[in-house]
Amino acid sequence: MDAFQKAHPERFFQIGIAEANMMGIAAGLTIGGKIPYTGTFANFSTGRVYDQIRQSIAYSHKNVKICASHAGLTLGEDGATHQILEDIGLMKMLPSMVVINPCDYNQTKAATIAISKHDGPVYLRFGRPAVPNFTPADQNFEIGKAVMLNEGTDVTIIATGHLVWKAIEAGEQLAAKGINAEIINIHTIKPLDAKAILKSVGKTKCVVTAEEHQMNGGLGDSVAQLLSREMPTPQEFVAVNDSFGESGTPDELMVKYGLDTVNIIAAVEKVIARKK
Amino acid sequence: MQNTDSLKTLCTQVRRDIVRMVHAVSSGHPGGSLGCVEYFVALYKVIMKHDPANFSMDGKNEDLFFLSNGHISPVFYSVLARSGYFAVDELKTFRKLNSRLQGHPTTHEGLPGIRVASGSLGQGMSVAIGAALSKKLNKDERIVYSLHGDGELQEGQIWEAAMYAAGNKVDNLISTVDYNGRQIDGDVENVLPLGNLKSKFEAFGWHVLENHQGNDLDKVIGSLNEAKTLVGKGKPIMILMKTDMGMGVDYMMGTHKWHGSAPNDEQLNLALDQLLVTEGDY
Repeated sequence: MDAFQKAHPERFFQIGIAEANMMGIAAGLTIGGKIPYTGTFANFSTGRVYDQIRQSIAYSHKNVKICASHAGLTLGEDGATHQILEDIGLMKMLPSMVVINPCDYNQTKAATIAISKHDGPVYLRFGRPAVPNFTPADQNFEIGKAVMLNEGTDVTIIATGHLVWKAIEAGEQLAAKGINAEIINIHTIKPLDAKAILKSVGKTKCVVTAEEHQMNGGLGDSVAQLLSREMPTPQEFVAVNDSFGESGTPDELMVKYGLDTVNIIAAVEKVIARKK
Repeated sequence: MQNTDSLKTLCTQVRRDIVRMVHAVSSGHPGGSLGCVEYFVALYKVIMKHDPANFSMDGKNEDLFFLSNGHISPVFYSVLARSGYFAVDELKTFRKLNSRLQGHPTTHEGLPGIRVASGSLGQGMSVAIGAALSKKLNKDERIVYSLHGDGELQEGQIWEAAMYAAGNKVDNLISTVDYNGRQIDGDVENVLPLGNLKSKFEAFGWHVLENHQGNDLDKVIGSLNEAKTLVGKGKPIMILMKTDMGMGVDYMMGTHKWHGSAPNDEQLNLALDQLLVTEGDY
């Protein structure tokens, strides 16, 4: 944001600590053809201003891009007041809202550019910690399109955000155990890439979803809803289980709340055993 | 000053529309609607430059209006229809299934004249500020208007918006408060007093005009014209407009009871007897 402010001071609006007003001003800026991007913590981008987003942006179909940093447990030491784990659910329930949760710097950058070309409200969620930057710098970001990271036959791991890297780590350790995992990076939770998921699960016959979010209302829920309708399949969930977070380092929190590589491996072994 | 006699007859017709619309579906908000008739007629028939026949969401080079207290949709719909945004006959669909005239205004059904949904209170000033900033970016010198209920000022977002607009010199915005002193639960003074509104908005950095006769069409036009002379002078402009909730229908006046209640058959006839037919009912 600092770079944008320096380059385009006339198009940078510092709203202050007033998120409700920010969402309303963003909605108003679209009238006249602007494409506003809002920027603040995920907690203050969603839960704090849900009614403003619902009425002035989503219901009014305003072309606002809600960009939310510091999502999830990896916010770390600030604790549960700031660690929103419900934002994906809140936002995906709004009709017409697109929900995107990229996994690294390159994907976030590509998504930020791509959403400007989508006419309608978008929720773009990203995190705070430094994580491996492993997707290509020149990637073509397509909203609603799953990214195949590793083709496999024994299990499908569907991960979003920070859990994508952990899924890759889990895949390597599973391979050493002779388990061939297909790994899919879902950056767009809504609209969900049903075709890619059904194709993969049709092959592997079981699935693990992984996300830094509440189990209720997250990516896993969306996948389960799809599968229960189209292709009932054993599924295990790596997600926060109906709990608030707490203070700690990001790594400590991911371990304590069951969002680590070992949890994905355990979920894979459990779901494969359920296949019979 | 121009002769406003024909507009005064239009005001009566709009009042007929309001009571007939809410009566037809036994729901809606006649009180505040009746109190704001002169404001809407002044705005849409005299003050604003706008293009009803070619409505566009962006409204470039047009004046824009945002209704923040969306529950007074009956007066908004009636004046939009009678300004040419859509057929007057469509007023009969108000609040019915599959209608573009939803209980509270919305863009969702594509009704010409509406640029944002409102109903959940306190949001319209922020949206109006955004639209005013957009106009500044576009070098568009037209004005943005917004209307707010006085009870609505109890919402915190209004004061976030008021602080922003003054702090950032949003001086192409003319907001008006429908200062009728009543809200759904009773008198504003008893529910949650607003204190000295003029001082409050002045302290926030607004230019504040007072109109003690918000149901006198000529006085309302006068206030809005005075406000226009203040555009571009570094401050947002606020008109505190005293009105009577239920104006024009004697039994709806002097009480908050008709904020959100519709008249029955007998009450409708009592109301229409006080409002002469002027331009033809829908």
